[in-house]
Amino acid sequence: MSSYPHAPGFVAGDRPKVVTSRFEYTDSFTIERYLATDGYAAIRKALSKPAADVHEEVKGATVLGRGGAGFPAGTKWGLTPQQVWPRYLVVNGDESEPGTYKDRLLMERDPHQLIEGCLIACYAAGLSQCFLYIRGEMALAQERVATALNEAYAAGYVGKNILGSKFSVDIVLHWGAGAYVVGEETALIESLEGNRGMPRLKPPFFPAANGLYGQPTIVNNVETLANLPWLIRNGVEAYTAIGTKTSPGTRMVAVSGHVKRPGVYEIINGTTTFRDLLYGEEFCGGIRNGNKLKAFVPGGGSAPWFTPDQLDLPFEASQVGPAGSMLGSGAIMVMDETTDIPAAALTLTHFYAHESCGKCTPCREGGTWLERILTRVVNGTGTDADLQQLIEVGTSICPGDFPHASNDALGLSAVPFPYKMTTICFVGPSAYAPIHSALTLFRSEFEARVTKRITIPVTAVGATS
Amino acid sequence: MSRLTDANVVIAKEIIGRYPRPKSALVPLLHLSQEQNGYITREAMVHLGELVGVTSAEVYGTATFYEMFRFEPVGKYLINMCGTMSCALMGAAELMHHAEHKLGIKAGGTTADGMFTLAHAECQAACTEAPTLQVNYRYRFRVTPTDFDNLVDDLRAGKLADEIPAHGVLAKVRQRIPADKGVGAVAPEDVTEGPAWLDGKPAL
Ligand SMILES: Cc1cc2nc3c(=O)[nH]c(=O)nc-3n(C[C@H](O)[C@H](O)[C@H](O)COP(=O)(O)O)c2cc1C
Ligand code: SF4
Ligand code: FES
Repeated sequence: MSSYPHAPGFVAGDRPKVVTSRFEYTDSFTIERYLATDGYAAIRKALSKPAADVHEEVKGATVLGRGGAGFPAGTKWGLTPQQVWPRYLVVNGDESEPGTYKDRLLMERDPHQLIEGCLIACYAAGLSQCFLYIRGEMALAQERVATALNEAYAAGYVGKNILGSKFSVDIVLHWGAGAYVVGEETALIESLEGNRGMPRLKPPFFPAANGLYGQPTIVNNVETLANLPWLIRNGVEAYTAIGTKTSPGTRMVAVSGHVKRPGVYEIINGTTTFRDLLYGEEFCGGIRNGNKLKAFVPGGGSAPWFTPDQLDLPFEASQVGPAGSMLGSGAIMVMDETTDIPAAALTLTHFYAHESCGKCTPCREGGTWLERILTRVVNGTGTDADLQQLIEVGTSICPGDFPHASNDALGLSAVPFPYKMTTICFVGPSAYAPIHSALTLFRSEFEARVTKRITIPVTAVGATS
Repeated sequence: MSRLTDANVVIAKEIIGRYPRPKSALVPLLHLSQEQNGYITREAMVHLGELVGVTSAEVYGTATFYEMFRFEPVGKYLINMCGTMSCALMGAAELMHHAEHKLGIKAGGTTADGMFTLAHAECQAACTEAPTLQVNYRYRFRVTPTDFDNLVDDLRAGKLADEIPAHGVLAKVRQRIPADKGVGAVAPEDVTEGPAWLDGKPAL
């Protein structure tokens, strides 16, 4: 049961390790280990410069957000309105997107690195209090971060007059209680205010302008912040020397499903391809049992699926978007030739239908309909009309062309990401994404399940109106 | 006796004090209350409302949004079986079937001796270690049917008591902010000027 073929967080080869450098130590989460491995040197260095200079460095390094949307952190910090105080930092440690597994590792294995990242962000962007929101179900991460914060407070790295400077900030550990949608930044803020965790409408509730308690608030992902200590210690040039110009640095990617060596890998951003990751000997080593690859989800459960045709795409948003999907939260789920595609899609549609907060009708009702109809189809009691109905319900959640990958065998050309939507957040569309991908790419598997066939031309799939 | 105990009221006040607005402490306080009683009682919600200054209906409104809060007693060990995609691809449905058989209950049910509640769960952020489960939010990875049997037997025999506390207890370590080290929370309307370190000069 706990006999790993390898430890989770396995990093092979001698690639640069920006956020996982301490994972090799069994005591990586202690302050002793942290201090022995450059720990808290970055905040000392940052404090010796004006805050604006530190902010410029983060901007210059283009640290892309690792929570899903990939927005550069330094630019986001700059969107706060001038002269409005106080401003807050909310750390998004709610990691719940299907397939995603990296933030929990970073919190469990190297909590001080995250704390130091929070300090750097607060200093650079003038944020006077930090709330570190950890997913409710992660008892060990909560324990490790609480311990690390207690140690850091005692040693004077967090709290009043840090390292004897003018810089003072509290980091408050907060934790959730089980709700995927709370990972959405405005829902996270609602939850932190003690409310039901339902997303707010943007506009006007862009957190950078109008967030926690109506104040300017920066929401950043755990991995995004964990990048900052290395960046400040080693400088912008060293950081941008890794990866590509538009996607510098590294990324943590979890590869799960039917590969020989599933695991969480720190890869070089921008240049590593899906093929490297799935088949490379230093990564997953190929598909299990020598089977053939059927499809993979490239960026978390919300992402449209790819097939072997897309294996040579690199981890570069500007290429993956036009190809019909997104990199999202760094989560790849691999399906081999034995996979029952409609059943696999159902697991995801069930997830999003179940996690709908209920605020918008297309998501609340539509997600549930999609799940019920697909359940019928998977159980073999659906009809051909159900397949059409799936598309119609999906189209009322996402009007217009829904993104999908190109496919040589089917003669499909890609519809680029993103899509239009009738909902406040992405949970509604995410219930449709797996169905749309599965039905577009593997239509015959659905047809084989239903009674009374009708023929719908492939070109109509998802492209109604 | 399902209001917070005196000792827990002290902890509750410490937690409330960390937030610029008391209501922000609600979810952590609901956890404290669930830790004390194993589930959330009506009296507890009334008490929490008094502590943070909102009605008990508001507390109920917040509490019922979140999956982890239980309003009726559950087994001493809540076994959450992940069934989302990565786990499903690696045999989660078969494992659930086996678990139901082993415990003699259906998912959602509790064993007659009050030891186990079995539940369907969604992605637990351990997808590369599928199929996964959590017992009172402690992980088990790459679980085989035999592993499951051994786990249940060990829990029954009390062999895992050190590692896995009773339902309701999350982190065994709490954050403590020493009075002389903390900055302290300030209501946003009481903040009138920008942080001292934003004056264009180094802070050190
Ligand atoms: C439904 C939904 C769930 C999300 N869940 C998470 C999450 O669990 N963790 C996360 O960091 N971001 C999540 N996000 C993205 C956040 O809204 C936000 O963009 C992110 O935390 C910003 O951090 P970054 O700029 O550092 O990436 C989610 C977004 C949506 C729409
Ligand atoms: S899309 Fe769904 S989860 Fe998102 S706000 Fe609307 S109802 Fe809630
Ligand atoms: S799918 Fe089971 S842990 Fe993510």
